[in-house]
Amino acid sequence: MAVSVQPSRAWRSRLRTSTVDQALAGYLFILPALVELFVFLLGPIVYAFVVSFKHFSYLDPLDAHFIGVQNYIHLFQDPVFLRALWNTTLYALVVVPVQTALAMLLAVVVNRIRGKTVFRIIYYLPSITSTVGVAVIFGFLFQPNGLLNRLLFLTLHIQGPDYFNSPMFALPAIMVVAIWTTAGQFMIIYLAALQDIPTELYEAAAIDGAKGWQILRSVTVPMLKRTTFLVVVLGMIGAFQVFDLVYVISGNSSLPQQDTMTVVLDLFEKGFRTMQMGYASAMGFVLFAIILVLTLIQQLFLGREDS
Amino acid sequence: MLATRQRGANWRRTRIGLYVVAIAYALVSLLPFLWSLYTSLKPTSEVFQLLVPWKTLTVASYASILHDFPFARWFLNSLIVSVIVTVGNLIVNTFAGYAFARLRFPFRGFLFYLFLGIMMIPGQVVLVPIYIILVNLGWINSYAGLTIPFLLSSTMVFLSRQFFLGIPKELEEAARIDGVGHWGMFFRIMLPLSRPLLAAQTILTFQGNWNSFLWPLLIGQTTSMYTLPVGLNSFYGQYNAYWNSVMAGMLLLTVPMMIIFVIFQRQFVQGVASAGLKG
Repeated sequence: MAVSVQPSRAWRSRLRTSTVDQALAGYLFILPALVELFVFLLGPIVYAFVVSFKHFSYLDPLDAHFIGVQNYIHLFQDPVFLRALWNTTLYALVVVPVQTALAMLLAVVVNRIRGKTVFRIIYYLPSITSTVGVAVIFGFLFQPNGLLNRLLFLTLHIQGPDYFNSPMFALPAIMVVAIWTTAGQFMIIYLAALQDIPTELYEAAAIDGAKGWQILRSVTVPMLKRTTFLVVVLGMIGAFQVFDLVYVISGNSSLPQQDTMTVVLDLFEKGFRTMQMGYASAMGFVLFAIILVLTLIQQLFLGREDS
Repeated sequence: MLATRQRGANWRRTRIGLYVVAIAYALVSLLPFLWSLYTSLKPTSEVFQLLVPWKTLTVASYASILHDFPFARWFLNSLIVSVIVTVGNLIVNTFAGYAFARLRFPFRGFLFYLFLGIMMIPGQVVLVPIYIILVNLGWINSYAGLTIPFLLSSTMVFLSRQFFLGIPKELEEAARIDGVGHWGMFFRIMLPLSRPLLAAQTILTFQGNWNSFLWPLLIGQTTSMYTLPVGLNSFYGQYNAYWNSVMAGMLLLTVPMMIIFVIFQRQFVQGVASAGLKG
C-alpha cells in the first residue's frame, strides 16, 4: 500500500514543477517564430499603417508629415491606380473561373484513366516553374513570328498579332499564361478531393440509370462544392497579388505600362521607383482590405457548411 | 445482355475521349518547355526557323551564359538563399507548431490566433517597412537580407500544429515516465514521426524560395547578389535578341526544380493538397 502512495506524491510535485517547466519550454520553442513575427511582420504592419497616413518619400525623409487620409483619397482619384484596380479585377474575373473549370476537368479526366501519376506530373510542371521562366517562355512563343503565330498561319491561315505589344491582346495573353501556370496546381487539390467521394454514390447513380455526364453533374460537381469554393477563393487571392508575370512581361514590352498595370506592380513602382512610400503603403492596405473580404467570405461560407 | 454490351461500347468511347483530352492537355503543358529546349540548342541566327537540321544544334548558348555572364553565380546565390531559408523555416515553424500542439504556456491561445490572423495579410503590405528595416540594418544587397526576414510561414506553423495534434498522446506519456524532457520529446519522439510533414514543408519552402522574385528583386541590388530569377530577368531585358541564350538561362532556372519535383512528386502532391485544403 505504502509503496503505491509514495510514487504518486512524488509524481504530483513533479507535475507542479513541470507546469513552469512546460511554460518555459513552450516559450523557448516559439521564440524564433515570435521574433520573426514581431520584427518582420507585426512591427512592419503597424509601421506601414502609420506611414500610410503620411506624406513620406524615401528621397526626403525629413519632409515626412501626417496628411490624414489624403493618400487613400488620392488613390481613388489616381487614374493609374484605378486602371490597375480595373485590370486586376478583370484579370481575376477571367483567370479564376477558367483555371478552376480547367483544373476540375483535368482532375476528373485524370482520375478515370491509367497513367494518373504521369499526367499529374506533366500537368503540374508549369506550376513549379518560376514565373520569370514562364514569362520568358511565352515571351518567345507569343512573338509576332513565334511558334503560336506560325502554327496559326500554317493551320488556319490567320496572321496573329504581336501579343505582348498590342494594347488589345497584352492583358488577355497574360491571362492565358497565368491559367497555363496555375491550372495544374488546383488540379491537385481537386484530385485529392475526388478521392474522398464515396464510391457508393457513383454506384447508386449508376443503378438509377445515370450516364457519364449525368453522374458528373449530379454527383461529382456537387460533391466538390467545398473544394471549388476553396479553389475560387485561393485563386482570387492569388490573382489580386499578381506581380512577377506582369513585371517581366510589361518590362519587355513597348506598350505604355498602364495597359498591363496591376495593383502590386503599381505599389512596387510607387514605393521604389518614385519613392512615394506613404502612398504605396496606403495601396498595400487597400489590397489587404480586398483580400480580407475574400477570406472572410471563405470563412463564413465554409464555417456555415460545417455546422 | 444487349444493354451491358452497349454500355461497354459507351464506356470504351468515353475512355477514348478521356485519353484524347488528357493527352491534348499534356501537349499544351509540355510543348512550351520542349520548344524552349529546342530553341536553346539552335544557333542565334536560326532561332526563328521552325525546324533546323540536327547537325546545326549546339550547346554554345549554355557555354556562353556560364562563361560570359554570371549565371553560375546567380545559380549559387539561389541555392544558398533557398537552402538557408528552407532550413530556417523547418526549425522555426515546426518548433512553433510543436509548442502550440503540445505545451501549455500563458497566452498560448492568443498567440496562436495571432499567427492565424497574420496568414491572410498579403506580404506586399510590408514591402516598404521591411525595405526600410533592411536599409537600417545594412542588410540590403546581402545574404542576411535575402534570408533572415523570410524564416517564418504561418501556414506551415498551422500545418505542423495539426500534424503534431494527430500524434497519439500515449507515446509521449510513455516517454515522459521514462524521464524524457521537452527537448528529448521533440527531437527523439516527435521528429522521427514527422517525416511526411518535414518532407512536404522542405519541398514547398524550397520551391517557393527558388522561384521567389519580388523580394530578391528589391533586396539584391548588384549583379553579384542577384538570384537566378532576378538575373534571368535582367539578362532577358538586355539580350532578348539572343533567344537561345535566354532559353538556356530559363532552363538553368527551371530544370533543377523539375528534377526535384519528379523525384519527390508524392510529397509535393501531399503538401499542396494539405496546404491547399487547410489554407
